[in-house]
Amino acid sequence: MQTIFSFHKKGKNKYSIPACDPIQVDEIPQSMLRDDLTLVDVSEVDVVRHYRKLSSLNFGVDNGMYPLGSCTMKYNPKINDVVAMLPQFAMQHPATIEETGQGALHMMYQLQQILCQITGMHYFSLSPAAGAHGELTSVMIIKKYFETKGEKRNILLIPDSAHGTNPASVAMCGFEVKEIPSDSDGDVDLTKLEDALNEHVAAMMLTSPNTLGLFDRNILKIAEMLHSKGALFYCDGANLNAVVGKVRPVDMGFDIMHVNLHKTFSTPHGGGGPGAGPIGVVGKLAPFLPVPIIEKADRYYLQYNRPLSIGRIHSFFGNFMVMLRAYTYIMMLGSDGLRSVAEHAVCNANYLRTKLRNHFQVPYNRICMHEFVINDEGLPNGITTNEVAKRLLDYGFHAPTVYFPLIVHGAMMIEPTETEHRDTLDAFADAMLTIKKEAAEDPALLKKAPVTTPVRKVDAVLAARKPVLKWDD
Amino acid sequence: MSNIPENLKYTKTHEWIDVQDTYAGVCGITDHAQEMLTDIVFVELPEVGIEVKAGEQVAVVESVKAVSDVYAPISGRITEVNKLLEDKPELLNSDPYGEGWIYKIDIKDKYELDELMDAAAYAEHVAQGE
Amino acid sequence: MSFLPNSDDDILEMCSEIGVSSIEDLFCDIPASIKNPTIQLPQALSEQEALTHILHIGNANEQLCSLVGAGIYNHYVPAVVDHLVSRSEFYTAYTPYQPEVSQGTLTAIFEFQTFICRLTGMDIANASMYDGATALAEAVLMAIRSTGKNRVLCSATVHPHYRDVLSAYLWASDAQLAIVPYKQGLTDYEQLSHMIDDNVACVIVQSPNYFGAIEDVASIADSAHNHGAVCIATFTEALSLALLKSPGSLGADIACGEGQSFGNYPACGGPLLGILACRSKFMRTIPGRLVGKTVDEEGRDAFVMTLQTREQHIRRQRATSNICTNEGLCALRATIYLSLVGNKLIELARINHALASYCCNRLVALGYERVFTVPFFNEFVIRVNNAKEIRNRLLDNGYALGISIDTYYPELNDCLLLGVTESVSTNDIDNLVELLQTI
Repeated sequence: MQTIFSFHKKGKNKYSIPACDPIQVDEIPQSMLRDDLTLVDVSEVDVVRHYRKLSSLNFGVDNGMYPLGSCTMKYNPKINDVVAMLPQFAMQHPATIEETGQGALHMMYQLQQILCQITGMHYFSLSPAAGAHGELTSVMIIKKYFETKGEKRNILLIPDSAHGTNPASVAMCGFEVKEIPSDSDGDVDLTKLEDALNEHVAAMMLTSPNTLGLFDRNILKIAEMLHSKGALFYCDGANLNAVVGKVRPVDMGFDIMHVNLHKTFSTPHGGGGPGAGPIGVVGKLAPFLPVPIIEKADRYYLQYNRPLSIGRIHSFFGNFMVMLRAYTYIMMLGSDGLRSVAEHAVCNANYLRTKLRNHFQVPYNRICMHEFVINDEGLPNGITTNEVAKRLLDYGFHAPTVYFPLIVHGAMMIEPTETEHRDTLDAFADAMLTIKKEAAEDPALLKKAPVTTPVRKVDAVLAARKPVLKWDD
Repeated sequence: MSNIPENLKYTKTHEWIDVQDTYAGVCGITDHAQEMLTDIVFVELPEVGIEVKAGEQVAVVESVKAVSDVYAPISGRITEVNKLLEDKPELLNSDPYGEGWIYKIDIKDKYELDELMDAAAYAEHVAQGE
Repeated sequence: MSFLPNSDDDILEMCSEIGVSSIEDLFCDIPASIKNPTIQLPQALSEQEALTHILHIGNANEQLCSLVGAGIYNHYVPAVVDHLVSRSEFYTAYTPYQPEVSQGTLTAIFEFQTFICRLTGMDIANASMYDGATALAEAVLMAIRSTGKNRVLCSATVHPHYRDVLSAYLWASDAQLAIVPYKQGLTDYEQLSHMIDDNVACVIVQSPNYFGAIEDVASIADSAHNHGAVCIATFTEALSLALLKSPGSLGADIACGEGQSFGNYPACGGPLLGILACRSKFMRTIPGRLVGKTVDEEGRDAFVMTLQTREQHIRRQRATSNICTNEGLCALRATIYLSLVGNKLIELARINHALASYCCNRLVALGYERVFTVPFFNEFVIRVNNAKEIRNRLLDNGYALGISIDTYYPELNDCLLLGVTESVSTNDIDNLVELLQTI
């Protein structure tokens, strides 16, 4: 792949900066200045052609179906991007927001209220910049809650199917992780949960619906068990797209949760962010929320005077432009629209599951939510999940999530989302069936896949053994 | 079919130990382990001189897809580590019982060796799919 | 407004194939008592109405001539940046887990890592963190992990938000944080010498610091190294890296901070662009994503995410961090910006400093006190009698004269922190001075 450095040639850069008269006022001593910086010397045409070319090497939701389980790769409405470019917001400096950004504060305040309505939580903080950031913040809140109560609880329970960010967040706060197995139906094993529950358990973290795409049928019982031992119940809201408008996390018994604006609420994934992971809490946890909180008197203002707060977890207020996009989306959908999102997402997933279940192993063959898991067991000629995923790229689809959750060997997690039409789902199912046929008749072809993509399979081992992490001339 | 040399002793967690005369041992991971891990990209070696207990984590082996803890088969003091693995972690794949040795250890309690499996027992253990 | 392509008929047919009579049957696992709650949201809007609504909200925001830095900088964003990142293959893509269809994202991140290494004088840079504050917190956790020690010394001249976030992260992990006082606008080196010992994991200095002043990073790095501690140099104004000696060349082990100045708007404070770069010895302990160069099956150059086994999705509770989604698109903006501006960045940095100097000198000529006399980059502190009142009057006249800083530094009452970038012209400054003369 060509990098911008291959365009470098002295004298190409004609970028111009507005002239400035009193340049000679320069009181920084020479000894503090550098003379060793070389970025790159290219023309504007080079930049445009190079990055345009790079974009053509990518596959995004706008290219085709992107059934990445647990990521909710739904269509990103373009009006969201229009509002995010408006100068009244883009040029607003956060340090003067109380004085000059009342509109911005209004939007954030409204979004807090809206997320409370949708989830049933009593208070929301918009500061966390990503889901994992929201998880970390929530674990800090849990820690502070028990510390303030004077209770020594050092264990967090996490199902064996959990997303890696869950135990990672827990470990960052000095808690011990205890894994709870799932039963053969994909629900949390209640007996194992009972065994693990004691007064040293601070909380349980659960994705709901879970990472297998299933709604835990014992959710209310789990909540009751935790609460009876004085523990808290945290909801990883990554899969909210399945149930938004159909059930509220607070009613499931959750005390604290995060939502992913870049999943359920349609803000783009950006090739790895930015996202936003606002957190919601029930009343008793509100004092611990991070600062600042947006409050309203005759004007909107920022509240920092919260003695029990865990403190600040991000500079300023978090990813405002992501919030603005999500707000716009929610205003366009309304409550009925959001409910339909969940209904269509779940319908699409079950439809695909129905089309695939006679051809691929579906470890948990029950009604799924917005995603479902299949695996490579029984595929002809020992073809693996990875090989199926790579071959799907040749058929113009992005691969599903592979090898997650860990409790299913060779897992493929498929989440079509609600913005795919049935015809696209049919085409995806056809491609999967064709690949299975290829596995039986021409496995060598699958082992070579992908063949139509801009690059073929890359050597990840070389990259890890001899890491080259920057361009050297 | 993975290679399981007769003269070594094995743990359930796929480590081997070669007991030398003077109650010192050489340790590493088995052929089965390196097969499961696939291409190994990095080895975190233990520190020379530290004391470890049987079953304690003593090293870490990384492949592209996974990270695996390596556990001590018996208690003792680490006397030497295989520095070659720093530049050539792939030795663990190509020669897990020879050039891919990870560390040498002074054995504290020889009776702990009785807890370990011999080649036949380990072969059975592997066959059972652990 | 709806983005659901399936019609009611489509849904009915799909339900029939699934084997249920309606969509509602698919939600059978949800207990009836809690299903289908009433959710009160405003009436759904069409796209046109939504835009009108947002414009209306936006009207309550004011745009004025802003002489404010304090961690976020209003730099001109060239048209090419918005144009290129609005290509949907970039922004509607996910994290590049399938490298064969993500070479666009991966190549750009590799370029970003390269630019950051050159700017910071470091060997390794990651693909981004959430913002400068969390990047600093993670840098400190790195230092703690690699030294095995848990005392942290942080200069009082580090941005207050960064210190607050660091405090929260360290409280969660039981490390100890101590603040090194400042003297005459810079970290008090004498105090640092008293406070440092062999139990210190890292010493943190920001340069240019919160007051805009340029710190003696080299001496602080020496002091840290003499005690087996890591020196972390942080920054909020990334443009300064083009002009001043790089953190790496001054002896820092880790450089981290805010990259928003490169091609990103102030945007009410987010999204931002956390930067984290370090010496090669920290390669396996640096959090976040790393993109490496490799080859594909046909021997062509290609890029791939590497050393992922340190990350949460594999290492889980033993991960270097829990970070997953970062600020990918903001890093892409920065990469495009840096490619376009190239070495003209140095000239841009000079102009920022010149304008800030000009502004400072004109205000001093008016009788305001320049509080710290040490060299600064594009921010400085002045003392104005009745600062808050003067500032409010100027706001009414279309100028934001910095921000008050006595909330964080009570001893600096009546002090304003001003930041001047190329978005402010000498005319603007002259008009401001005229205005001040009349107030």
